[in-house]
Amino acid sequence: MAHFGPGKTASSKEQAGLRYPSNGKTIYHRPLHRTKTAELSQASFAYLFSEMVSYAQRRVTGIQELEKRLNIQGHPIGLKLLDLLLTREPPRSQTRPLTIIALLHFIKINLWTHLFGRQADRLEKSSNPDTPDEYMIIDNEPLVNAYISVPREMSQLNCAAYVAGIVEGVCDGAAFPARVTAHSVGGKEEGEMWPGKTVFLVKFQPEVLEREALFGKG
Amino acid sequence: MSYYFAIIGTQDNPLFEYEFGTSKQGGDGQARFSEQARHLNQFVLHSSLDIVEEVQWTNGQLYLKVIDKFFNNYISCFMTGGNVKFLLLHQPTATAAGATRNSTSVGANPTSPQTEEAIKNFFNEVYENYIKAIMSPFHKVNMEIRSPVFRQRVAAAGRKYL
Repeated sequence: MAHFGPGKTASSKEQAGLRYPSNGKTIYHRPLHRTKTAELSQASFAYLFSEMVSYAQRRVTGIQELEKRLNIQGHPIGLKLLDLLLTREPPRSQTRPLTIIALLHFIKINLWTHLFGRQADRLEKSSNPDTPDEYMIIDNEPLVNAYISVPREMSQLNCAAYVAGIVEGVCDGAAFPARVTAHSVGGKEEGEMWPGKTVFLVKFQPEVLEREALFGKG
Repeated sequence: MSYYFAIIGTQDNPLFEYEFGTSKQGGDGQARFSEQARHLNQFVLHSSLDIVEEVQWTNGQLYLKVIDKFFNNYISCFMTGGNVKFLLLHQPTATAAGATRNSTSVGANPTSPQTEEAIKNFFNEVYENYIKAIMSPFHKVNMEIRSPVFRQRVAAAGRKYL
């Protein structure tokens, strides 16, 4: 689509520079529901993602900042997917997640299946009594990291921070504000079953737990 | 029967508003609010947000039905997954409410199952178009929806169901 300056032509007078595609079709003319599970090429995704990582890497001072930028790239996707996946549910199970568990199940099952074609591998609650606000979503081999080799000096980096951003977007959108970070936990030694194992640490804000305690009993 | 529909964002900020009248039973689709009522409508609608916040955590459904009433103004609510509220203020005309209390026509009886169903269909259609609106990569959360196509679609849903 070409970019035109606003208000130059006669027709743009009433539409204030709004332009329609020549066939008259807008985003509102496209169907929301998929007839079959359409899959995208992993190779083209890997190429796009590598560009996104190098874009995020420009002018960053540290790994934390890089991960933050990846997180920010994913965040709006999560916000949008929340509503999209809810409508694609059959009408009877179309409910907003009201509890942390319902929300995490939605992420583990619906979100993961939509994004990666399979469920997340595990869901855990932090066993540490000091951090009851922490939950973990575990993916044994994240698809986004399939073709990414992290240099030795950046071993702290996990590009699944992008996926963490998506998860964070879903949590924020559903009114469960949280911080989500990605951590590599796979062992480095030979014979390790899942060297790329990643934990998505979901840390909910205190008000979420407060509300959970209030409504959970009633 | 006149309707005032508004989409309220997560920060209780209005994203979209639209007034229309019934198209059923010979209605011409024009809203019959007085100039004063039009301003009052905005207050009535926004004041129901407090009740929405109470109801939303006890009921996981998207469609929350009639949640508030202010004299002859009924407020129906629909919560999207992303915590955006669709609120519809409906005001049955005085004659319809008085004369035919058992009438099954949409609008005459705001809490009848028929009316609830009609409003539900209306909300669902708007929701579908709302999702398409937010799917745009240029759309950010809590952004005002200005698309004329969206407005047309909401108007069409109003004509179809209400």
